[in-house]
Formats: sequence, structure tokens, C-alpha cells
Amino acid sequence: MVLIVAKILTGKTSHPGAASGEVLVLTEPVSFWGGVNHHGEIIDVHHAQHKAKMTNKILVMPSGRGSSSATAVLAELIRTGDGPLGIVMLQCDTILVIGALVSAEIYGISMPIVELAQAEYDQLTDGMNVVIAADSQSQIATVTL
Amino acid sequence: MALAPIQLALTEEESAMLAGEHGEAVAMCMRIIVGVAKANGAEKLIEIESAHADGTLYHGEAGLDFTEKLVALGGKVKVKTTTNVGSLDLLHPTLVHGDEITMAHGRRLMDAHSALGCEPTWSCAPYQAGHRPAFGSHVAWAESNAIAFVNSVLGARSDRYGDFLDLSAAVTGRVPFGGLHHDAARKAVLVLDFSEIDSRMFSEDAPWAALGVLLGNKAGTRVAAMVGLPGDLADGGVTEDRLKGMGATSASAGGVGLFHVVGITPEAPTLAAIIAPNAEHIVITAQDVREARDQLSTTTSDKLDAVSLGTPHFSVDEFRALAEAIGDGPKFAKHIDFYVSTSRDVLARSKELGYLDVFTNAGGRVLTDTCTYVTPVLKRNVTNVMTNSGKWAWYAPGNLGIDVVLGSLVECVASARAGRVVRDESLWS
Repeated sequence: MVLIVAKILTGKTSHPGAASGEVLVLTEPVSFWGGVNHHGEIIDVHHAQHKAKMTNKILVMPSGRGSSSATAVLAELIRTGDGPLGIVMLQCDTILVIGALVSAEIYGISMPIVELAQAEYDQLTDGMNVVIAADSQSQIATVTL
Repeated sequence: MALAPIQLALTEEESAMLAGEHGEAVAMCMRIIVGVAKANGAEKLIEIESAHADGTLYHGEAGLDFTEKLVALGGKVKVKTTTNVGSLDLLHPTLVHGDEITMAHGRRLMDAHSALGCEPTWSCAPYQAGHRPAFGSHVAWAESNAIAFVNSVLGARSDRYGDFLDLSAAVTGRVPFGGLHHDAARKAVLVLDFSEIDSRMFSEDAPWAALGVLLGNKAGTRVAAMVGLPGDLADGGVTEDRLKGMGATSASAGGVGLFHVVGITPEAPTLAAIIAPNAEHIVITAQDVREARDQLSTTTSDKLDAVSLGTPHFSVDEFRALAEAIGDGPKFAKHIDFYVSTSRDVLARSKELGYLDVFTNAGGRVLTDTCTYVTPVLKRNVTNVMTNSGKWAWYAPGNLGIDVVLGSLVECVASARAGRVVRDESLWS
């Protein structure tokens, strides 16, 4: 009998919530306003992952980018179910946190946003399945591989 | 790795707001402010003197749901709050031809902001429409050009806020103490040196749009100091409008929230006053400026269908310069649609001063409350447009699917009369 031990990465809660799903790693940040359409596809033609779809994925990207109206675009994606299930970042982006906070207030959908240090962040690769638990009280978040 | 989280300390009043003692709208906004403060590791909240709300342009139902929920919960803004552009021109309703749902929801979104007690400014340049925060005061402004202006040209302090947080700040009167509210975060970590370029290059408005591209490309979201640029904020609005255009373009091409122009902007009497230790130093050449300019034109054709000025919204001083450029010369060519986007406040003052009539008599049209690059105003057969605005040139080709040519205000007038693009290359040598 083989015992499978899950690997747990620990980081900081930027927005609380729980999610599990397949990882989409972006090699550079994307701006939600002007860079992502209402179907969760990357439409920024300058982006290395142009046409990648983040719907129902765990979105992993280094930081945020671009317009402050990205708050409203992320909230709208969460509302319609076309957005990511959770976001993991190296450097927390306030604009995305605001979008998640408002979605929790208005629609009761709490999409987790987790900040990881470089060593932990680097262990996430495209296509793997992970489970996120981002606690509000302790502000400790875990990503289980 | 998990470090112990920094403890956010709330005052008694702030705790009461969070607990719902000031009503459910205040409590909801306070949860959002506290949520952001925790995510950013802020130690406390600070009081603000004013806000500029950016959530007035319709991006989908989430923005409308949030704003109407605040209204339903009895929310009211606690500080002076101006409003950004909306999706409609309420003064000239026939100019915008958007789809029915966007127009109806856009109208509800504007009405909901009014119901919260926001002022009906409907302008991305509130700072030229009667809302000028004092040097050193803390404010919560959203809309990227307005953030760059309020920090850089007025020396007030706002971090880079977005939709939802602006209204949450207005309803609670608080923001997290972080980012550009701090002294240390306002120091320049990058110096852009223009002293090797003949300052005659900066005698017209269009090169300042190119400077915005350069600033945005080099700085990203970092604070930069620019040295070797001519100008004086007490010169009757010329320098102010150039910095407005440059800042707006830099906030589009990069994420600039604050820049210093040494000897001109209020926090930068000298480079020593605002430079951070170990700042990077970059010497800019005339060729760099020309290359930045080329990013703001998508065609070399001289075909012209329309001209659009006023992104950010036109000031009274710009209307005066436009009226002077038009003078008693010939009207614009018949096939050219010439638009200026501006605020109601500037429209009323420019009418009183006689500048507006000079423009409309020449064949021009004015759009208020919104802007030609965020809402359908231009005719559907328009393909080639000229502008003196770097921000318009940056966004319009993607938003509207048109080609753009950057030119100075004087070149825009000459081109509108000729019915084709007329540019003076000697300006860029």
C-alpha cells in the first residue's frame, strides 16, 4: 500500500475563502479591464497567454496590472460564474482584493486570494490540482497540492 | 513562512461603524475598507477630506448591484464626493448611440450615485471643475488621470483607488493608511533627465503626450522625478494642462500615480527634496521622445474623418486656446466631425466667456458627462481620427476599432479645416 502525503504550501490570506481546482499559471500579470473578456478569456494581444481561459481555474499570477476598473470586471466575472475559483499571487493586488470583497458582500461568493512567498509560489505548475483554504481570522492560507 | 499578521488598530468610532452602529451601509463599506487594510498590512485608517468616484461608467451588473445596494441600505457620502464620467451625456442625450441595456443601466448607475449624495460632476477632470484638494490633504480619488493629477500637480495625497473602494471611502470617510499617503512612498526612485533636449520641442501640447508614454513605459507604477522640462504652474493654465495630458497618458501606458517635475510641481522645488536613496538615473534623448510619439499614431495616411479633443475633459484655458486657434478663420471641412469632451462646469464658464460660440460656429460639437472613447458617439463610418490627447490615442484604437493620429491642438484645427491630416514635422526635431 502506497501512502500519498499531500504537500501543503502556507501563505497569507489576501481574501478569505475556499476553493479547489486546476491551476492556470500566468507567466506575466494581466489587467482584467481591457485584458480579460466577459467569458474569462485573455484578450490582451500583447499577453504571452493570449486566449487562455481562466473560468473555474485557480489563477496563479505574479502581481496585478492596469486599470482600476478591474475591480468591477472581476466582480462581474465572479457574479456570472465566468471567473476564476481562486487566485494565488506573489504580490497581493489591492484592486483584485476589492473585487473579491464586493462579490462576497453582494453575492455571498467568497473567492479566496492567497499571497505566497517565491519558494512556495514556484511549486505551482500549470494543470496540477490544488485545494485552497484561506482563513480570515488568522490570515493564514494553505494551498494543498 | 507565515508571519504574524500586522494588527490593524481601529478607533472607537471606526469599531462602531464596523459593528453597524452607524447603519448597515456604513458597516458594509467599513468591511471593505478593513478588508483592504488587512490585505495590505495597514496599521490604521485615516480620515479623508474628499473623494472622486469612478464607478459611474457602466461595466456590468456588479457595479450597479453594489451602488444600488448602498442606496437601498440608506447610504450617504460623508465627505465631498465628485463623480467621474458616465455612459451617457445627460445634457445632450441624442449624441450617444449605445445599446438600450447599457444606456438604461448606465442611467440607473448615475442616478444611484446622485442618491448617495455625490455631486453631479460627471467629469474625469474634477480638479478643473471646482474640486481642488489642498496641498498635503488626504483624499480618496479613483480614475487614473485624476489620481496622477491630484498627487502630482496639487500635492494632495491619494493612493491608486478603484471602483467600489472610492465609494466605500466616501461613505465611511476613511481609507487604509498606506501607499501614496505615506511620505516615504512619495519619493522618486527614478530620475528621467531631459536636459539634453532643446526645450523648443516642448513648446506645443502634443510632445507632452509623448512624454506621458515615456514616463509610463519607464516608471510603470514607480514614482519618477523629471528634470530639465520647461514650465510654470502660474502661467495661466498652459503648464497645468500639459501636465494633465502627460499624467493621463502615463497612467494609461504605465500605472503612474505620482510624478514630480523638478522646479514645477509643488513637492519638488529641488531634486534633493524628493529623491529616494539609490534612485535610477536615465538620460532621455529627442529620439526617445519621437519613438514615444510614434506609439500614439496607428497610421501614416492623411485621411481624416473626425477630430476629438478633451481627454481628460477640456479646461476653460484649453477652450480659450482652441478659440484663439480658430479665430475668425474658415469653418471646419463639412465631412469632419469635431468633438470636444468636457464637464458641465467648464462648458458653462466657456460659454459665458464666448469661447464656446467660436468653436460651435466653426462647426464643432461639445460632449459633456462622458467621453468619446468610452461610449459610442463617433459615427459608425468613421475610421481615421486626430487628437491631441495621448490617453485618447492610447485607448481609442482598441475600444473603437479606428486609426488615430496624434497632433497638437493647432494641427488639429488646421487638419479639420483642410479635411485631411496636416502635421508640422519641424515640431519634433
